[in-house]
Amino acid sequence: MSSAPATVLEIKNLSIEFPTRRGKLLAVDSISFSIAPGEVLGVVGESGAGKSVTGAAVIGLLDPPGRISGGEIRLEGQRIDNLSHDEMLRVRGRRIGAIFQDPLTSLNPLYTVGGQLVETIRTHLDVGAGEARERALGLLREVGIPAPEARIDHYPHQFSGGMRQRVVIALALCAEPRLIIADEPTTALDVSIQAQIIQLLKKLAREHGTAVMLITHDMGVIAETADRVAVMYAGRVAEIGPVREVVRDARHPYTVGLMGSIPKIRIASAKMHAPLVQIEGAMPRLNAIPPGCAFHPRCGKSFDRCKAERPEPRAVGSNLAACWLYE
Amino acid sequence: MLAVGFIAFSLFRFVGDPVLFMLGQDATPEDRARITQMLGLDKPFYVQYAKFVARAAQGEFGLSLRQVQPVSKLIAERLPATLELSMAAALLALVGGISMGVYTALRRHSWLSQVMLAVSLIGVSLPTFLIGILLILVFAVQLGWLPSFGRGDTVQLGWWSTGFLTKSGLTSLILPAITLGLFQMTLIQRLVRAEMLEVLRTDYIKFARARGLPDRAVHFGHALKNTLVPVITITGLQLGAIIAFAIITETVFQWPGMGLLFIQAVGFADVPVMAAYLCLIALFFVIINLIVDLLYYAVDPRLRIDRAVAAT
Repeated sequence: MSSAPATVLEIKNLSIEFPTRRGKLLAVDSISFSIAPGEVLGVVGESGAGKSVTGAAVIGLLDPPGRISGGEIRLEGQRIDNLSHDEMLRVRGRRIGAIFQDPLTSLNPLYTVGGQLVETIRTHLDVGAGEARERALGLLREVGIPAPEARIDHYPHQFSGGMRQRVVIALALCAEPRLIIADEPTTALDVSIQAQIIQLLKKLAREHGTAVMLITHDMGVIAETADRVAVMYAGRVAEIGPVREVVRDARHPYTVGLMGSIPKIRIASAKMHAPLVQIEGAMPRLNAIPPGCAFHPRCGKSFDRCKAERPEPRAVGSNLAACWLYE
Repeated sequence: MLAVGFIAFSLFRFVGDPVLFMLGQDATPEDRARITQMLGLDKPFYVQYAKFVARAAQGEFGLSLRQVQPVSKLIAERLPATLELSMAAALLALVGGISMGVYTALRRHSWLSQVMLAVSLIGVSLPTFLIGILLILVFAVQLGWLPSFGRGDTVQLGWWSTGFLTKSGLTSLILPAITLGLFQMTLIQRLVRAEMLEVLRTDYIKFARARGLPDRAVHFGHALKNTLVPVITITGLQLGAIIAFAIITETVFQWPGMGLLFIQAVGFADVPVMAAYLCLIALFFVIINLIVDLLYYAVDPRLRIDRAVAAT
């Protein structure tokens, strides 16, 4: 850890395509971002914007026929997008943990949670059965499961949704990974439980120095948790920057629209007296992404150049925004 | 069981007059009356049935009308042959079906999977007796490798006569076991394949992969166990069917088991034998279903009654 590189995860010009009978669909189109050690990067966007596919590509679990068609993914400086199947096994779970959306279906119903924890620990670390169980108990305690000594031998169906997601987090943390990909970790939970899980995730990431790529469509979760946020639209990064800047002072018209469409209970500033904004239209389908800026047909500020040339992310204040307005 | 016994008993009252078969056409009316009385066939129907149930409960099904031997003795002689054949067929079906099912699910696009699926289609579609006859034609008649009928030499172990211990007994077993097991094997193969593909798509398999578990643990530890839950039910029912279907196979191969006994009994309207056979098959079904339910309980923790869940 003493010579930790500046980034845990670095994605450069990553493209992911799904070959279909009617041609290739580009789910992710040349995106780049990086995550620093211990940093929580929120990735937001509408369904189909390419968030989850990006996460799956990082852990090497793209559903076939999806495949990485260009660019590279580096974990602590090492390229991991071209590793062999066996080499990837030593990355998944060991160096990158993962948390999925639905805790109800993430655990195998036929094994005790302790069994699943011990199995994962012993897959990655060279420890005996007894020590693995001790570690499993410690992890359960750490994620806030009451009475872990009794609960370790219970089956997943004996846990509530929130408790199961805690178990899933414990499973992701088993081997002290450097990075956790959390794909919609709170979407399937009750609102009151969501906050607990987010706080837990944030606390554990801080304590373990683990970086988190938090994929969600819930801006509230991002504002609560993330250090930086990347906004994705139609397989591209529209804007990326520190979470305060993006929430308070969004530059890209899509981000502005996205922020405006979040209902506010507390009126924090004069700007928010405005009624709920909605972005007209829908995100283009992957086989019909317009030329130029993918957002231009829905953008109120688009001009000729937007229809012809694709904008690259450029520095605007402390953010990077892919928009010709800031040329 | 009672219901099956009743149906069996009442059905066979209509299949023919056993006295006629025993004595032939030219018996005198006095002889007929004497025999009828001796066999208790002159009593009212319900009395006969009550006696039948009472004795059946003690494993006593009366005398075979044709062979004038106790039915229980006849069945006990034939039972080992049928059970050995059924067990061999069931083992073949289970081992072959599950391994082929798993293989075709994991290697969906390999040519071997395609071949297995094609073969399984044949197995599902061809009737049992045709498979038996084809096997006899190829392996017994043309190649001359395996015997075409009978059980070969048997060894007596107490009251149980086994064909497992002699070479001719084992070689005789191969063709009938394949015939009997092939349909079940292909059925189990297709079932396992479909279930396995289903399970491999679930989140917990994806999550198991994301935890970095090796393929072997994912496929055989996590996926296969979940696959087996529904497979157990169907397989249990099919094992019952194997014993029942043994009638056809035993006829084709002249296998001296209960099925053959039953067919012969039908030909002679030998009511006690038929009734005993049906009751025994019903008993097997009940036992197998009980075992299946218990297995279910062992495999799937969700069915167990929650032991005092710790307060959360």
